[in-house]
Amino acid sequence: MPLENKNKIKQPENETQPVVAVCLGTGGIAAGGDKVFKKFEDEIKKLTLDASVGKRVCRTAKTGCRGLCARDVLVDVTIPGLETLTYERVTVDMVPQIIEEHLIKNTPVNKWLAKEDYHKFHDSQQRLVLANCGIIDPENIDEYIVRGGYTALKKVLETMTQRDVIEEIKKSGLRGRGGGGFPTGEKWASGAKYSADEKFILCNADEGDPGAFMDRSLMEGDPHAVLEGMIIGGYAIDATSGYVYIRAEYPLAVKRLRYAIQQAKERGFLGKNILQSNYSLDIFIKEGAGAFVCGESTALQYSIEGKRGMPRTRPPQSVEAGLWDKPTVLNNVETFGNVPIIINRGADWYSKIGTEKSKGTKIFSLTGKVKNPGLIEVPMGATIRQIVFDIGGGIPKKKKFKAVQIGGPSGGCLPESLLDSPVDFESLLSLGAMMGSGSFVVVDESTCMVDLARFFMNFCASESCGKCPPCRIGTTLMLDILIRITQGQGEESDLEILEQMSDEIKTMSLCGLGQSAPNPVKSTLRYFKDEYIAHIRDKTCPTATCAALHRYEVTSEKCTKCMACVRKCPVKAISGSTKEVAFIDKEKCIKCNLCYEKCNFMAIK
Amino acid sequence: MKMSEQSTNKETVDLSKVEKVLEKYKDVRGAVIPILQKTQAEYGFLPEPVIDYIAQSLNMSAEEIIGVTSFYAQFHLKPRGHHIIKVCCGTACHVKNAKALSSKVREKLKININETTEDKLFTFEEVSCVGACGIAPVVMIDEDVHGEISPDKLNDVLDDYKKLGV
Repeated sequence: MPLENKNKIKQPENETQPVVAVCLGTGGIAAGGDKVFKKFEDEIKKLTLDASVGKRVCRTAKTGCRGLCARDVLVDVTIPGLETLTYERVTVDMVPQIIEEHLIKNTPVNKWLAKEDYHKFHDSQQRLVLANCGIIDPENIDEYIVRGGYTALKKVLETMTQRDVIEEIKKSGLRGRGGGGFPTGEKWASGAKYSADEKFILCNADEGDPGAFMDRSLMEGDPHAVLEGMIIGGYAIDATSGYVYIRAEYPLAVKRLRYAIQQAKERGFLGKNILQSNYSLDIFIKEGAGAFVCGESTALQYSIEGKRGMPRTRPPQSVEAGLWDKPTVLNNVETFGNVPIIINRGADWYSKIGTEKSKGTKIFSLTGKVKNPGLIEVPMGATIRQIVFDIGGGIPKKKKFKAVQIGGPSGGCLPESLLDSPVDFESLLSLGAMMGSGSFVVVDESTCMVDLARFFMNFCASESCGKCPPCRIGTTLMLDILIRITQGQGEESDLEILEQMSDEIKTMSLCGLGQSAPNPVKSTLRYFKDEYIAHIRDKTCPTATCAALHRYEVTSEKCTKCMACVRKCPVKAISGSTKEVAFIDKEKCIKCNLCYEKCNFMAIK
Repeated sequence: MKMSEQSTNKETVDLSKVEKVLEKYKDVRGAVIPILQKTQAEYGFLPEPVIDYIAQSLNMSAEEIIGVTSFYAQFHLKPRGHHIIKVCCGTACHVKNAKALSSKVREKLKININETTEDKLFTFEEVSCVGACGIAPVVMIDEDVHGEISPDKLNDVLDDYKKLGV
């Protein structure tokens, strides 16, 4: 399926002033976005005071994440009537020149404009849920309203019954974006069935998967869209209050969401008698306290209640007896982000996007060994190749693609031979990976797959809540075996034991954490068994990642005599010249691995 | 018993700060976690007398409160340093060699994971993911995210914090 270009950045209508928009997501701020923003504000203030410089009135705007965090700070400059231009890697020192040449003389500073691959990164995507991210000021509700915000809520409250809303969502084919892919409309329908004095709508913003930041970016960049979806969901199931359970590790998202709730209340989109409809809903924020398992629905509810976040057996399902034993519906941040779009444009329109069983788009955090890491949104069914190469720009440093890890600790690693597989719920499951929450980590030939499996198992073992033995003991035992293999003490029988334990933990664990914990091991065993065998039988790590198995020898056929390793060695253990293949003196070598990392040609083993 | 001040063997803890926190949350349902978060923000960690005091006020046992604090990574029962260094060990950082960053901290500050330097300036932690994978590898110092950081750059950043002192 071709990815169409539907994402040309448009400036909000009615804009008569030039606008300088600075990306201030977590990535932007880390790159110095705050300072760049301040400098623009200061300089512009200074210049408008001085009438002789030019009468043009300028406005600076904060925006959320633009997606391509590696190029931060990204700055959009829009002169009314002209196309928006984007500058990349902007620093404070560049600000005066951009103002002088672009804003005043209208001659953009070409050398600092974003290059072609920035546009390719954007143009290869289909940004629906992220349409506002990086465009609007997330702390200003008016910018959301100007771009059609809260029209879906209005439509729902004025023209649709609760049943209409549920039917529309069912028809759209929307499935939960938190991992499992349960049909959202079905969930709402069963939530609506139960009546009680109190009912809850919850937003799961406990984005704990290492390698995932979709939900954070959406909340930071377009918090009102999440709220609007949640209020519509609340109306559909007749919830009396709502909670957003959000990771405490996301201070900026917490701040912007609090701000959004306050603004929405002031405008009558939230609180008592919303838009004079007789429907009332309050939404509260609950900050998590650092426990991965709290992404599981029952654990999350216990955590909101102030208890240890340990999952319980089901039934009863949450829709019957969830938070404080009241009927509760829980959806993920991105799921709620889809809701206003479906209501506004209709289920028929929405269900044309994606594949037969997976509708709409999916946001991924594309990271790891890829040229343009960042936040991306593609239609369901896009291929891995399109994501890694068209959008991500391929692998940096002339290294080769090896695998992509989709779905975090619950997901799996898919090899090069599957590059043309479509990414949707069913396809990924059948290949041994999982949509998970949407982390998409690209791995090149220098990453050891056994070590990666060990990494995820270590994560699951330390995050296991300890309630059920298959998960608590099973993950620890599997981790022990993986550690032994990476240290060169593996035995042939280990592989069989790993397979067997994977199946047992999967079937016997209480919650999703344990049930999916073996997936990274299972998928690496399925596609990269030769690496396990190399560790066990030959006692070598093909990528020289596992320190205990390092040899530190130079493969002379691969060495280009570039001397990069010679210069990098802190103990001068490497000799060589532009005419002579490098040689590592093992007596002097301290096994720091710097030479291996420095070598662009995989010549060091 | 006088509630505003309780003494342990070694030190006296000022309980007025936790009293204020408890007052703020007295009508909030399921407020144990926010109370502990806000209390920790006041004291830097959760001293034993404070936990006892919270338990008494909420009509819970101290064991229940400790059960909650020990479950969540965010809570600390021991004093921590002035600056908290969090080396991100999420997947994206892992494949971009976050290990080297941890080694740098260990080597430079002579502390292991979850330890505090003698001058109480730094505490070193490894965290699973700070969600800034686009700019991996990442080290968070207090609330500041340092992205695309190399061991050498981290060395300089730590020097800057050292110069700033407490």
